[in-house]
Amino acid sequence: MSAHSDHESAFEPHHAHSHHGDAAGHGSFKSYMTGFILSVILTAIPFWLVMGGVLDNKLLTAVIVMGIGVVQIVVHVIYFLHMNARSEGGWTLMALIFTIVIVGIALAGSLWVMHHLNTNMMPMTHEMMKNMP
Amino acid sequence: MNETQVQENEKPQFYLTEEQHPEHSTMLGFWLYLMSDCLIFAVLFATHGVVGRNYAAGPSPADLFDLSLVAFNTAMLLLSSITYGFAMLQMERNAKMETLFWLGVTGVFGATFLAVELYEFYHLIHEGAGPTRSAFLSSFFTLVGTHGLHVTFGTIWLITLMVQVSKHGLIPDNRRRLMCLSMFWHFLDVVWIGVFSFVYLLGVLG
Repeated sequence: MSAHSDHESAFEPHHAHSHHGDAAGHGSFKSYMTGFILSVILTAIPFWLVMGGVLDNKLLTAVIVMGIGVVQIVVHVIYFLHMNARSEGGWTLMALIFTIVIVGIALAGSLWVMHHLNTNMMPMTHEMMKNMP
Repeated sequence: MNETQVQENEKPQFYLTEEQHPEHSTMLGFWLYLMSDCLIFAVLFATHGVVGRNYAAGPSPADLFDLSLVAFNTAMLLLSSITYGFAMLQMERNAKMETLFWLGVTGVFGATFLAVELYEFYHLIHEGAGPTRSAFLSSFFTLVGTHGLHVTFGTIWLITLMVQVSKHGLIPDNRRRLMCLSMFWHFLDVVWIGVFSFVYLLGVLG
């Protein structure tokens, strides 16, 4: 065990050098602060919109809240998770894109199918309503 | 013959040390785990999207949720994310005590988040709005509870790593573990963005 760790530490400088900058990425103070300030702004806006009741149009508010949420997720992935096309030879980005596609299908598909099921339900009569569990 | 002698005197080097990149593959593997975790949350979000308006004549989000509490919790998670980033920057500088300090601050923010969430859950159940009240509350407790469970395990992991770092220092193994937890922690913050936007804000909006 000790021989193994000796060996590893002997290799460490070389190892660290050859993979510098690509293994999971390392942020700088500046990139973390940029991400943080952007996140604070992008969090404050939706809370202000909903808590302050700024807009009269509910649908518009909902669209803005979700839009800003998506932007904030992108900000977090870039500045905190250090996602870029180079890390791990592009495989993390490939996995992310694949996941986004699957998540999109799962979310949009569920909402779409269940909405149609809901609207195509037989209208409930008064009798059925009374016999409901 | 002579060459063999020289090789025997040298430190043995095996080709495997060049081939395997332990740090490398762990990061990619952990990223794939996070992506699969993302699918769990996607399914829970989809469930909440489908049944989130089925109140069963019970309370609606506007009656139940205290948005200032949610805003406070969001701030806690966001602050814990940036302090974890500071811990990683100190780790890069090989500063053990500073790394431990920022990890500790992150842990405090994480624990505060959990305490507020447990208070919220207790408050809801006490009001009779427990997970059995309506489909909306079932999916709400499952989704937010799953996220809270992740934060709980993240906090346990954080404390474990603080003990490890204080005992063994910033050795390569501990650096790799800290980087994995960094991804896990930031990932939980990303999921929380979805939770506060979709569940709380859109819920209260009606």
